[in-house]
Amino acid sequence: MIISSIGQGMLWSILGLGIFMTYRILGFPDMTTEGSFPLGGAVCVAAITAGVNPFLATLLGVAAGMCAGLVTGLLYTKGKIPVVLAGILVMSALNSVMLFVMKSPNLSLLNRPKLTDVLEPLNLPEHYDTVFIGLVSVGVVIGLLCVFFNTEFGQAYIATGDNESMAKSLGIHTDRMTNVGLMLSNGLIALSGALICQHDGYADVSKGVGTIVIGLSSIIIGEVLFGELSFFERMLATVVGSIIYQLLILLVIRLGFDTTYLKFFSAVVLSLCMLIPQLKRALHLTTGFEKYTNRNHPDDLHDTVATRNAAPIDGKETS
Amino acid sequence: MSYEFTSTNDTGAEVSQVSASNATGGANRLEMRDCTVIVDNGMDETKQILSHANLSVRPGQFVTVLGGNGAGKSTLFNLIAGSITPTRGQIFINGRDVTSSGEEARAAYIARVFQDPKMGTAPRMTVAENLLLAMRRGQPRRFKIRDMANNHERFLELCAGIGNGLEEQLETPAGNLSGGQRQALSLIMATITKPDLLLLDEHTAALDPKTSKQLMEITAHTITTQHLTCLMITHRLDDALRYGDRLIVLQKGRIVRDLDANEKRSLSMNDLLQFFEDGF
Repeated sequence: MIISSIGQGMLWSILGLGIFMTYRILGFPDMTTEGSFPLGGAVCVAAITAGVNPFLATLLGVAAGMCAGLVTGLLYTKGKIPVVLAGILVMSALNSVMLFVMKSPNLSLLNRPKLTDVLEPLNLPEHYDTVFIGLVSVGVVIGLLCVFFNTEFGQAYIATGDNESMAKSLGIHTDRMTNVGLMLSNGLIALSGALICQHDGYADVSKGVGTIVIGLSSIIIGEVLFGELSFFERMLATVVGSIIYQLLILLVIRLGFDTTYLKFFSAVVLSLCMLIPQLKRALHLTTGFEKYTNRNHPDDLHDTVATRNAAPIDGKETS
Repeated sequence: MSYEFTSTNDTGAEVSQVSASNATGGANRLEMRDCTVIVDNGMDETKQILSHANLSVRPGQFVTVLGGNGAGKSTLFNLIAGSITPTRGQIFINGRDVTSSGEEARAAYIARVFQDPKMGTAPRMTVAENLLLAMRRGQPRRFKIRDMANNHERFLELCAGIGNGLEEQLETPAGNLSGGQRQALSLIMATITKPDLLLLDEHTAALDPKTSKQLMEITAHTITTQHLTCLMITHRLDDALRYGDRLIVLQKGRIVRDLDANEKRSLSMNDLLQFFEDGF
């Protein structure tokens, strides 16, 4: 069971990495997640059912997720719809898209080929095939992301999330960056969905419910555990966080909780993790990762210095 | 004290891009023709925050901009940088009509340093990463591995030239720098590509007097050695007197004084104070 959870944790971690690209870099939670995750699975499973090679079917799922991300991006950057609402709109619409693709609320992969079939000749013990697929896909994704973030484009993307007005003043097309980011992010999320659906053996329209909580949990658990890290390490921490999350779920099931109420547990775990900075402040505890969890306000310290020393003849003028 | 407030309305239809670059705009780095900005205050009332501004800046000029609250200084800068578009009027940079091009497009010519040290740098990226971003100002960002190794030496040199220890912080996230260091970094980032036009928006105002003085000296040195064309908003009258070879004063959305280098030299602190008192 533990091996299975580790394998699943890896597959789910790709969802975490996808959310990382928006939530941690661009700085907003992308609600499209809850639609693009099951969409990736739906498109993949429908394609396999139609006779498409599982590898190609997985890529089709990724492409579908990227399209979903692009729509959210365009609604946000060109349509000026608030980003959370844009995501919710797309997420809601995707429900119908999935029904259209699958022609039913769910679709089974029973007796159909899957990605794991290629591993059969290796005669791996049970669940090790999931771990293998997980390792390979996580490795490829993190490798590609590392290269991406090291390009001029990737750096401009990070700058867009870090300080949009500065990015613009340097001639970076921030709208384009946001759109590409949402595409890549939702592509990864759909990849995770496609892999999970093949692992579970079916696709379901309702599979997306609560996925953003799972993805955020892996990111936050990783951050709480490891604190200040380099970019590459942060992605690894997300993978570890995702595995730990799956193990926690396994523990909860083993403890005899009713799995019907699992989503409640997920929400509690995430809330607790996100409350840690506040709890620590309230309890006056200090630990090494203090700096990190306050990352949303990295300038607080310097603000005070800057404003205290500000002595213009008059205040800042508005324009 | 003589000044010229041109109010000639030459925004006629005959001013096409071609004729502009041949005739008038060619010699000027920046030219604003009859720029007016009208905003809606949300209660069916309109307000002119800049009216009929005409301004020509020749290459190499260092113009200090003075004005009280709501005089339109920031509006003027936002207009030049492309953050807002004029309700009426035209803006030319190097003789090219850029009135309708956005901030991202104008970034190729214009660099800007803001009052708030937070505005000009990406806090989570290191000093070196910020500098590397600035080196590609106005150029397309390609899917090409960034070239940090070959630029490291130059970054060290540039930062060492500032003299506040920035060169030891190349791998520090910009958000962890002091206000003075961060503003110095913003200045290096703005001048690293030798922009056609440098806009300084009260860039020393948020710093303590000593740091502010240092940064101002570095700024003046950079402008002189690189022969930059610069507009600088300042609230410090002594800075306005000491630096620059031209002074313009804004009041209630109008350019009310425009003094050249000679007139500026003969100016005293009291004259400047008088400008302000006239208006209020």
